Amino acid sequence: MPARPISPHLSVYKMSRYTLATSFFNRLTGVGLSLGLLLLVYWLMAVAGGAGAEKRAERLLALPAMKPLYAAFIVAYCYHLVAGIRHLVWDTGRGLERSQSRKSAYLIVVVSIALMLLIGYCSFALGSRAP
Amino acid sequence: MSLRTPLRQVLGAGSAQQGVHHWWLQRLTSVALVPLTAWFVVSLLTLPSFEHATVASWMRQSSTALLLILLVLVATWHSQLGVRVVVEDYVPAPGARTVTLTLVTFLHALLAVAGVFAVLKVALGGAA
Repeated sequence: MPARPISPHLSVYKMSRYTLATSFFNRLTGVGLSLGLLLLVYWLMAVAGGAGAEKRAERLLALPAMKPLYAAFIVAYCYHLVAGIRHLVWDTGRGLERSQSRKSAYLIVVVSIALMLLIGYCSFALGSRAP
Repeated sequence: MSLRTPLRQVLGAGSAQQGVHHWWLQRLTSVALVPLTAWFVVSLLTLPSFEHATVASWMRQSSTALLLILLVLVATWHSQLGVRVVVEDYVPAPGARTVTLTLVTFLHALLAVAGVFAVLKVALGGAA
């Protein structure tokens, strides 16, 4: 173990800081979506496996216990998408002033929650078939 | 105004831009993922059902197969780049870090190949 300080410096930052919170949550949702890739590829393989294989996969995917997982993926996708776009805007050199960054932090929270509600409503409320 | 010396400018030597390789690929894949994932979410929401026949006939369309393959490849690539940084940040021991990075890379390669294989199998009519 090196003696120099190593990331993540969880002990020196305050989690209540919006800069840390938005960045941390972006990373957390990113890792979550990586796990979602496992599910996506599992589903694709099940479809490729034919009707029988998909029936078996469908029993697993349609379990009530999977619903919170899908909800989590929707939350993760919406936040990571909106926060990622904020990063892309930053990359052009815009919005880096502290006041702008504070405003965009609130903006991405509001926009991503709106997106979550929209996708969540479409997938859970409109017909029980999905996802 | 350039801060480079005249000699440096004539020689044209400088950064080969390799330092930003990881950064640039992460941005490139993220830009591609905005429309790809949006298409995928809308497709899932508008699929009439998740019955095998419905899903398979959807995946047999050339446009669907093409976009699904792109989605799988770009998403696994982006994921690999992201998880790599997380591992580099959170696994300080050199040995454990190398092992973790190797496993993460292998797993992503497997996911990419499996995803593309599955889409091709359905699209090219191999699936019953």
